[in-house]
Amino acid sequence: MSLLEVEDLTVTFAQKGERPFTAVDKVSFTVEPGQTVGLVGESGCGKSVTSLAIMGLLPKRGNRVSGSVRFAGTELLSLSDRQLRDRRGSDLAMVFQDPLTSLNPVVTIGVQVAEVLERHEGLKRKAALAKAAELLDQVGIPDPHRRVGEYPHQLSGGMRQRALIAIALACQPKLLIADEPTTALDVTIQAQILALLRQLVAGTDTALIMITHDLGVVAGLCDEVNVLYAGRVVERGERHELFAAPRHPYTNGLLASIPRLDAPRGERLHPITGSVGDNIPWSGGCAFAPRCSNEIGVCTETAPELIDTEGRLLRCHNPVALVKGEA
Amino acid sequence: MVLTRKKDRVDALASTSTEGMSLAASAFRRLRRSPVFLTGAVITALFVLIALFSPLLAPHDPATQIPELIKQTVRARNQFAPPQGSYLLGGDQLGRDLFSRLLVGSQQTLLVGVLATLIGLTGGLILGTLAGATAGWVDTTVMRFVDVLLSIPNLLLAVTISALFLQANQFTVIVAVAIVQIPVFARLLRGTMLAQRASDHVLAARALGVKRSGIVFRHMLPNSLGPVFVQATIVLATSIIDAAGLSFLGLGNPNDDSPEWGQMLSNAQQYITSGHADLAFWPACAIVVVALGFTLMGESARDALDPKNRR
Amino acid sequence: MVVVLFVLSILLFAWLRSLPGGPVSALLGDRATPAARAELTRTLGLDRPVFLQYFDFLGRAVRGDFGQSTAVQPGSSAMQILVQRFPATLELSVVAIILAILFGIPLGYIAARRRGGIWDNLSIGGSLLGVAVPVFFLAFLLKYLFAVKAGILPSAGRQDAIDATRITGFFILDGILTQEWDAAWNALEHLILPAVALATIPFAVIFRITRAAVLDVQQEDFVRTAESKGLRIPIIRRRHILRNAMLPVVTTIGIQIGQLLAGAVLTERVFAYPGVGDALATAFQRKDYPLLQLLIIAAALVYVVVNLIVDLSYAYIDPRIRNR
Repeated sequence: MSLLEVEDLTVTFAQKGERPFTAVDKVSFTVEPGQTVGLVGESGCGKSVTSLAIMGLLPKRGNRVSGSVRFAGTELLSLSDRQLRDRRGSDLAMVFQDPLTSLNPVVTIGVQVAEVLERHEGLKRKAALAKAAELLDQVGIPDPHRRVGEYPHQLSGGMRQRALIAIALACQPKLLIADEPTTALDVTIQAQILALLRQLVAGTDTALIMITHDLGVVAGLCDEVNVLYAGRVVERGERHELFAAPRHPYTNGLLASIPRLDAPRGERLHPITGSVGDNIPWSGGCAFAPRCSNEIGVCTETAPELIDTEGRLLRCHNPVALVKGEA
Repeated sequence: MVLTRKKDRVDALASTSTEGMSLAASAFRRLRRSPVFLTGAVITALFVLIALFSPLLAPHDPATQIPELIKQTVRARNQFAPPQGSYLLGGDQLGRDLFSRLLVGSQQTLLVGVLATLIGLTGGLILGTLAGATAGWVDTTVMRFVDVLLSIPNLLLAVTISALFLQANQFTVIVAVAIVQIPVFARLLRGTMLAQRASDHVLAARALGVKRSGIVFRHMLPNSLGPVFVQATIVLATSIIDAAGLSFLGLGNPNDDSPEWGQMLSNAQQYITSGHADLAFWPACAIVVVALGFTLMGESARDALDPKNRR
Repeated sequence: MVVVLFVLSILLFAWLRSLPGGPVSALLGDRATPAARAELTRTLGLDRPVFLQYFDFLGRAVRGDFGQSTAVQPGSSAMQILVQRFPATLELSVVAIILAILFGIPLGYIAARRRGGIWDNLSIGGSLLGVAVPVFFLAFLLKYLFAVKAGILPSAGRQDAIDATRITGFFILDGILTQEWDAAWNALEHLILPAVALATIPFAVIFRITRAAVLDVQQEDFVRTAESKGLRIPIIRRRHILRNAMLPVVTTIGIQIGQLLAGAVLTERVFAYPGVGDALATAFQRKDYPLLQLLIIAAALVYVVVNLIVDLSYAYIDPRIRNR
């Protein structure tokens, strides 16, 4: 049995007086214990909504969630708020994008770590604070005993993200979801945080879902990669294979638009033109067609299905040719 | 990015101003659908219409003591003419037609509100622009002055100012109420202008060598006015209420031939506790409804302008 | 803060000089004899250069000498009147602001939690109404309904003429200290209506700021973090939402306390409550300028002190300011 089985997860936002908007459209994937899975795509593709839906953190009003999210055999979507609260922070944990705003500015770091331990491990405040200092030490925060009594504004961005990671890992969750954990940080700090995440989950049973728009992050971390576009999975494959031979024009475009130091001098970058529209319907054809370089007639007529070919899942009428230049 | 050609420069500046437009435009679009704003706007429109046409609408002269009503008025026993015939609300304490006075009273009330707000707004704009445009000692001096005015409770300040006049009249009431509003406007404008000064498009204009007066009057000031105008809508309400307070303390216009609601209310106050609340009730109601109208409009406009409320 | 008081003293000095008829008529009233006028002109040093006059004024102000009351209580010094009446107003203000906080914060919180619901809309409407109704009309209405018509509460004064021991000047506190329970109860009965009238505006403002602040904080990222930790709802509400939402509320409470005296002038007047506000209103009507200048300075002083307390408490609840 997989640790997490997401099946046909669909999230629709409906506001009064506006057309309902499907942010996540029948997304399915599984995560095995200890595995690291990437969810990749531009902003607006539904990757964050997917993670919030798994955690049960979507706003209580204004959205409809259907499909199934099974965690170690338990259907999370049918749990009560109370039962979900018992799971969150202990079995499932999450690290958010912006460490500057994700910590409570008027509560000490120590208490913000300790309150998870008090909640799920039944520790008293004193013991919880001692454990909190230990955790801060583990995530590489120097002088943890002093930091325990400090407030978020006294820590740098990187330190705050470390503190958030300490909070998430405090109760040794089985699944950690990291939603763009490095986006808001300086480049040098990004590498440190990624290294830390890798070190913390490597060799443990903790599975990691890495949500990012940055294929570079995925390349160094994930076992399996799901590429999302406009709320649907468009390509999935094992990391090395996917990078070596991207089949979906979107994946291909994402890879081609990464600047590389080893590229020949004078070679141009190949950005994908346009951006993810707000309300692209998959109903009238492929949602990526307007931006696609491989577009053919059928693309604007019927939406492609997700088809399994030799372990690679692909949703495309006219994929990129397998052998391409030096690959 | 280096902007060398003049056209690029113009484009860069234009793009910032269209952004400002779209904020105002989208705020306005949302306002038109907001029931709260519409309620306030309808009340305000009715009020203004009544004020404009009240001399035509009023069935009787508001200043004339009508013999028929005087006969029924025994002030010593707190006895007033009840509603009858064309006297929809009966007579006031001097035997004048209450309904006509109420209608015509809207004129002076509107005048107090609008003039006080305009004077307060103008003073606030001058002080606020002065402080917001110049850093350093001018700013400090102006703001100290503003702080002092703010440290005296509103009504107390108004009363203090009206004490400077030998004889109270409608004009002194308006001036007293207006001056109280100056520091509020000044502080608000300075705050938004300082935020503008740090913003990217002002920085860009400065980098392009636009003159300081140009930056202040073309970029900082126009973009800072939204909250100030919203505040002005709310001040329309508070100045009418403050004017009523002044009247209550005996510092209002003593001449009640051209009535004003606050004045009517305070002249009728003594009859409330003797069981004749209706003399005070009607002007009070009128004040409440109109103040509510302005406040509803102002509050919903403030919400609509707040970028936090944009999806 | 010192600067504010300094500028205020200059303004007040200028104000006194520009009163109709000049300071002499202002201080002595219109009916003073020419001899008395000449006498006061000399003692005030009005024949001396303006800046020296200002320093005289400042010197006397620092010593607490603001002259004799001319009309409100002729024969007492302005300072005596202030000292004598201050406890009454303080008692009234404290009860009013406690009422406003006690109802404003919880109701604001509940309205924010049930945004868009009936309670939310009702209480927003109520708070808008609270600001739109002239305070003195509301006071009259309360007096008419509860004191005159229903007769359940007294309509005027601070306490009935009963034999009560005075210790602090705060009648309720005195009653409790001396265990004269009926005196304390009597004073409380007199306080209820004026306090409710005085509390309406601060209540309405505190309510709305609390509601807006809670709505703001609710959608902050750190609340989502707290949810992701699986914390229990009461902890999320208290530690994460309320503690942050209180920051703007504290500032608002400070501003409202500063404005309280304006409301006190109106409510004390209606309920013939013998406090500073009542004295102020009388002083204005009878042009008792020595008393006026002292009371205005006192109001500004209260404002400055309250602001200081707000700043300090702000530093206490917001570590970002404390550690700077």
